Amino acid sequence: MKFQLILRISKALLLARIKQTSVAAFGVTFSIMMFITLLSFMTGLNDLLDSLVINRTPHIRLYNELKPTVIQPADNVFPNSYNFIHSVKPKATKTELYNVASIRDVLSADPRVLGVAPRITTPVFYNIGNANLSGIINGIDIVKESQLFAFSDYVVEGNVLDLKHVPNSIILGKGVAEKMMVGIGDIVSITTSNGEQFSLKVVGIFQSGLLDLDKVQSYASIGSTQKLIGASNDYITDLQIKLKDILLAPAMAKEFTKRFEVDAVDIQTANSQFETGSSVRTIISYAVGITLLIVAGFGIYNILNMMIYEKMDSIAIMKATGFSGKDVMYIFISIALSIGIAGGTLGLILGYGLSALIDQIPFNTMALPTIKTYPINYSLKFYAIGGIFSVITTYLAGFFPSRKASKIDPVVIIRGK
Amino acid sequence: MGNTVLEARKIDKFFHDPVSVQVLKEISFELNKGEFVSVIGKSGCGKSTLLYVLSTMDTDYTGNLLIDQVSTKGLAEADLAKIRNEKIGFVFQFHYLLYEFTVLENVMLPGLKLGRYSPQEIRERAYEKLKILGIEHEALKKANQLSGGQKQRVAIARALINDPLIIMGDEPTGNLDKKNSEIVFETFENLAKHHNQSLLIVTHDNDFAARTHRIIEMEDGKIVNA
Repeated sequence: MKFQLILRISKALLLARIKQTSVAAFGVTFSIMMFITLLSFMTGLNDLLDSLVINRTPHIRLYNELKPTVIQPADNVFPNSYNFIHSVKPKATKTELYNVASIRDVLSADPRVLGVAPRITTPVFYNIGNANLSGIINGIDIVKESQLFAFSDYVVEGNVLDLKHVPNSIILGKGVAEKMMVGIGDIVSITTSNGEQFSLKVVGIFQSGLLDLDKVQSYASIGSTQKLIGASNDYITDLQIKLKDILLAPAMAKEFTKRFEVDAVDIQTANSQFETGSSVRTIISYAVGITLLIVAGFGIYNILNMMIYEKMDSIAIMKATGFSGKDVMYIFISIALSIGIAGGTLGLILGYGLSALIDQIPFNTMALPTIKTYPINYSLKFYAIGGIFSVITTYLAGFFPSRKASKIDPVVIIRGK
Repeated sequence: MGNTVLEARKIDKFFHDPVSVQVLKEISFELNKGEFVSVIGKSGCGKSTLLYVLSTMDTDYTGNLLIDQVSTKGLAEADLAKIRNEKIGFVFQFHYLLYEFTVLENVMLPGLKLGRYSPQEIRERAYEKLKILGIEHEALKKANQLSGGQKQRVAIARALINDPLIIMGDEPTGNLDKKNSEIVFETFENLAKHHNQSLLIVTHDNDFAARTHRIIEMEDGKIVNA
């Protein structure tokens, strides 16, 4: 009852100054709209850039690094001494992983692991007439690779599954294909690091979006690659692990290093610069959005101050006839909140509209084959934050003028007449 | 004295800005139920100041003030607001109507605040009060569409809405012409006579004062003749 009365008075005061209150509400609308649009767009862009790397990078990669043995013979002979050994060289060990089958069994049983894709990486030369172009062939399990690392998204021509079905087939990087001037169905010739020459059929063109990568990388099936380098069919150089929770990667990489006696690198260590870039961009977007909101808050502060100045008499008589300071404060705070909620809601709707509009703008770039329009992230999180912040800022903007109104001494006003 | 509605006990008040001046000196008096009392005195004698102290709006004084035989000393602002709402009706020189509302709503507001009756009942009661003052036909107009005299009568109706113990007036006829002043006075007199209403009216109009039950005359912050 009491609350209804306060709302009724607020409404009357608000409607009496509808123009000014609308302007203040539009301030909130505009800032919330820009807040939503900015964050949706920026996060969309971030996600896009991150996905360039993060989606295609294993969360943990297991491999054998070529490095000198840590314990040298001298350490066994003089175990209690500190031994200085100069010019230690690595042994000619193979870069393949041992016990791949059992490692894969353990990983597939691990509940934290989403999936594992094997890979063989080997350096090759692409033969273009007399010239040789150095490059890398990745032997991949095409099904797993598509499933876990969205490989098929980046194959711009041809059918990815042909890599599995057509023997001795290859998917060339776009840069490589352009240099060799070949297309789908053509035969290319490559030389392996052992000096052997092979002919492979092009079944697809791959475009990663990273130009340097496309100039060197190509993909073949695991079997074809093992044949290229003359290795047995259990030869695997890398195991790429995708986790359910990417944040566990650093800890799990350490765990796997110990358990399987291999080298393991996690995505955070390998690509720390991407994380930094994304978080800085996000912080900037939030800062701009919140600045806009604070400016809108000042608008509300102004209009309320003006309204209170104008309504001194009304406040005085309300207090004289029995409204307490608190009642008066609630009246003006509810005016501020109405402005905030009305403006904020409209802002959320318009923000959605504007982001949907940006989502329609064509955005074609050679580097990003799967993207046709500007990326937008429609996360509900932004709408929640925008909504909450609009209420908080308007409350704060309303609080101080309202407190001032609550402290007006009716005697001063009435005696002044 | 079971029918004392308001009692002032040795009220002193000082203004401190720019120098300390005592504006009220040991004011003590009683107001009984149904009494129509006027306070007169020269400009600056402290009669308005006294009214604001008695109204509970001004709490910066020493001494004690009893309303309905209950001390108001040391009560919180919200409690004093409640007392004003329930027990005191105000009529000022200026009407202080809220132009955002209709005449009827203006009268209803203190009633809605008190919440003793349902909104529907308050509406009917407000209508009755307007009828007493003979302006019920203006009930649905906006407050700013009335003439000065009508506005003042609406203000009186507003003061009556919660059936207050006391009606306090600060120069209620100060802005009105002879005819409207007469209407206001007759209303007050009528209320005192037929509704046993206590009234405490500050005025500088000696003709007005002469027709009330009792005159309290003030000079230099003191009651010189009660």
